[in-house]
Order: sequence, then C-alpha cells, then structure tokens
Amino acid sequence: MKSSFYQHDVLSILDFSREDLELLFGYAERMEKSIDTKLSLLFGKMVALAFFEPSTRTRLSFEVAAKRLGADVISITGEESLSISKGESLADTIRMLDTYSDLIVIRHRYEGAAKYAAEIARHPVINAGDGKQHHPTQAMIDLYTVKKLFGTVDGLNYGILGDLRYGRASTSFIFSLTLFKPKKVYLISPESLRVREEVLHVLKERGVVYEERRSLGDVIEELDVLYVIRIQRERIPDPIEYEKVKGSYKVTLDLLKRAKKELKILHPLPKVDEIDERIDNTPHAAYFIQAKYGIPVRMALLALIFGVEP
Amino acid sequence: MNEEPTLVVSKIRNGTVIDHIPAGKALDILSVLGIAGKEGLRIAVLMNVESKKLGKKDIIKIEGKRLSPQDVSAIALIAPTATINIIEDFAVVEKYKVTVPNIVVDVLACPNPTCISNKKGELVRTRFKLVSGNPLKLQCEYCGTIISGDEVVKFVIKRK
Ligand SMILES: [Zn+2]
Repeated sequence: MKSSFYQHDVLSILDFSREDLELLFGYAERMEKSIDTKLSLLFGKMVALAFFEPSTRTRLSFEVAAKRLGADVISITGEESLSISKGESLADTIRMLDTYSDLIVIRHRYEGAAKYAAEIARHPVINAGDGKQHHPTQAMIDLYTVKKLFGTVDGLNYGILGDLRYGRASTSFIFSLTLFKPKKVYLISPESLRVREEVLHVLKERGVVYEERRSLGDVIEELDVLYVIRIQRERIPDPIEYEKVKGSYKVTLDLLKRAKKELKILHPLPKVDEIDERIDNTPHAAYFIQAKYGIPVRMALLALIFGVEP
Repeated sequence: MNEEPTLVVSKIRNGTVIDHIPAGKALDILSVLGIAGKEGLRIAVLMNVESKKLGKKDIIKIEGKRLSPQDVSAIALIAPTATINIIEDFAVVEKYKVTVPNIVVDVLACPNPTCISNKKGELVRTRFKLVSGNPLKLQCEYCGTIISGDEVVKFVIKRK
C-alpha cells in the first residue's frame, strides 16, 4: 500500500498526521545508515529546485538528498530567479519546470506561492519555505531531532523563542507540535513579534496547552526543548521596526545556569546573535546535529513521495 | 414584502430588492456592490425602518439590476440576515435568503501584501474559508491571514 506521501504535495506540516510522520522517521533512520553511499532508488527521476529566495543551506540539502537517491537535479537560483521574477509569471515558470521534472521544490517570498504552484503543476510540489508561512520539511527535521534526542516528542515542555511573527520555521514547528502531545508550549517573543492570530487559532482548535511570554528568563527552568529563531529582518516591512527589536532576545550562558541539565537547544540556522556562541560547545547545543538530520529526513521524504523503499 | 415600511417608496418594475439588512449596513452593501450613485440606476435606500424580525432594518431597491453570485456572497458576509427579492413587472418572481458560503471565491481581496493572491502578473482567484460565522472570521486559503467582523467590508473586491 502506498503511504499518504505518495505523489502528494508537501505544502504545510498540518497536511500530515502523527502516523505519517512516524513512518517518515522510520525511513529517515534507514537513510541515516546509508548516508555515505549513493543509492539508485530514484534513478531516472528529475527533481527541480526553484529557489526564488536566496538560500544555500536548504537548497544544497535538497540537492544532496536527491542525488544520494540517484535522481538528477535541475535548479533555478540567484540571478535566474531574479530575471524570472522581473518578466515571466510564476505560473509560467512552474509550467515549464513541470514539463522538465518529476517533482518541484519551491521557495518563494510570497505566502501561498507553493500552494499556487501545486495547483498549476501536475507533479508533486514541496514547499521549501513560502514567505513567513510554512516550512514543512524543516519541521520534519526538527521533530526527528527531538525524537532522536529524547526518544519521544510527547510529554515535553517546549519553549519557542524569537521572531514568531515572521518566522516560518517556528510557525511550522509550532504547527507540528499540535500533531503530538507536548506537555506545554511556551511562545516567547517581543510584543511586536508575537505569533500570528491564525497560528494561535490552530493551537486552540487542537487543544494544545500553551502560554505566551515576553521573557525566556521566566520559564527557562521548565524547558526540555528550546527552539530559537533569528529575527527575520528581510520580512519586517519597516526598518525602524527592525531597529527596535534588534538584539531584543539572546540565550546566554548565565540564563542556562538555571536550565535543566537535559535542556536541548534547537535552531533552524543560520544563527545571527540570538545564541551566545560559547553555548555551541555545551551539551545543550543540538542545532548542529539537527542540521545533520536535514539530508536523511529529506531523502526519506523523497523516497515516500516517489513510493520507493530504502 | 409584507412588512411595509412607513416611508412611502414607489415600487420598482424590474430589478432587485435587498430586504432584512441589519440597520445601518445599507451603505456598506451599496459600497461592495460598487454603487456610488453615479451609475444612473434608480435606487431607493431605506434605513432604520421598523422590522418585526430585526427591530430595525435597512432596505435597498435597485431598478434594473441583477446580482451576480459574487455580489450575493459579498452581501451575505455583511448582512447575513438579508433576503433577496427579484422583481419582474412589479411582482416578486423569486425570493431567497442569503447564506454565508463555506468557501468564498473571488469576493475578497487578501489584506496581506505578500500573499501570492496579491502578486502582480499571476491570475490567482482569491479563496477564503469560513472559520466562524458569529463572530464572522474568514481565512485566506493561500497565506492563512484571518479577517474578521467589520473589517470584512473593506476587503470586498469592488466591481463595475
Ligand atoms: Zn492571503
């Protein structure tokens, strides 16, 4: 039987169930074992990467994942995406990529761009980030990391710190937690960067216990997982607004003295200045491990979408 | 119409009567229908007249105008109690209550400037999902933005 990933778009983490994600994690574990060998599971498949927003990390991660599985990759990046954004419509570009490839990975600064692309393309579309809205594959990696570190996603206290208004990684991570049973979720942000109404709506609708806070210091003792994101400078419309919130939160060694010994800090990277770099060498820092899981999780996702087993 | 208003307004021959509009909403409805008064249509607007059902209500009569499905959806969002009467040759030939649709297509513009539905050069029909009827809340299917209550009227796409 084919899974619910089979030939399916990946637009929002909320399109999936806990069972779907557990299946994905099982595949990712198996992918980890063959991470250094080139597989031929996707031999003859063409994956198109359409990154209309600058990105190195995510694009390379998808490229490596696809190539490790034996697929070929074509991509639009940098200047090409610039010339396209000047002239041709997104719809026309997607139609072109759809004829060249078997799957399209898209990143775009407009919210809803991936959904729109999926309505146009016949082949599956993976959302690699649409504006401030969704970044479902990042959430898959984040949950996988928590699962690997704690053996479970359930029953833990989560703190999500930073620019929750414009952060798509944090939004998708919050959404992903609603598929599991976290003990409590603290949403910690400056007032002007509070989580958006539609995100709170999902938390309420799904009965997740959550609390909005202004300061990490108030809750640090309780946390098992601290998820940190940078300020999304490129999405804050007003530069004056950015100046006001710049540097308004930071995880310091001092704060961590009060944290649980087992506290793990996640970050989708790149970091700017929101985590003291001396924390990198402490057992709390889990963001480099998290980054490493990017490839096996994306390999697992591609395998499931194409209906092949590792 | 059996609830005869005390103000005397002549009947229309052919056109539409929008009745049972919550008091004070008539001008919002004219606005979303794109009627500014300069179109030459014969229009009667009655505001704050007595109503058995609503206490007070507004009524709009428009000679020579038929409503599009988008017009009716827009009216439902602003005046969920409204009834539409189609008049032909002075008689009501059709009468129905508006209903708030679960999905509103091509009626509202998204307030989010970086929503794909606002990107120039793309032919995206806006689509909003009804998340709550009372209080009224609608969510953009593309970007997730929620618009609610009285602000909905601001985002109705104006048509000629
Ligand atoms: Zn929108």
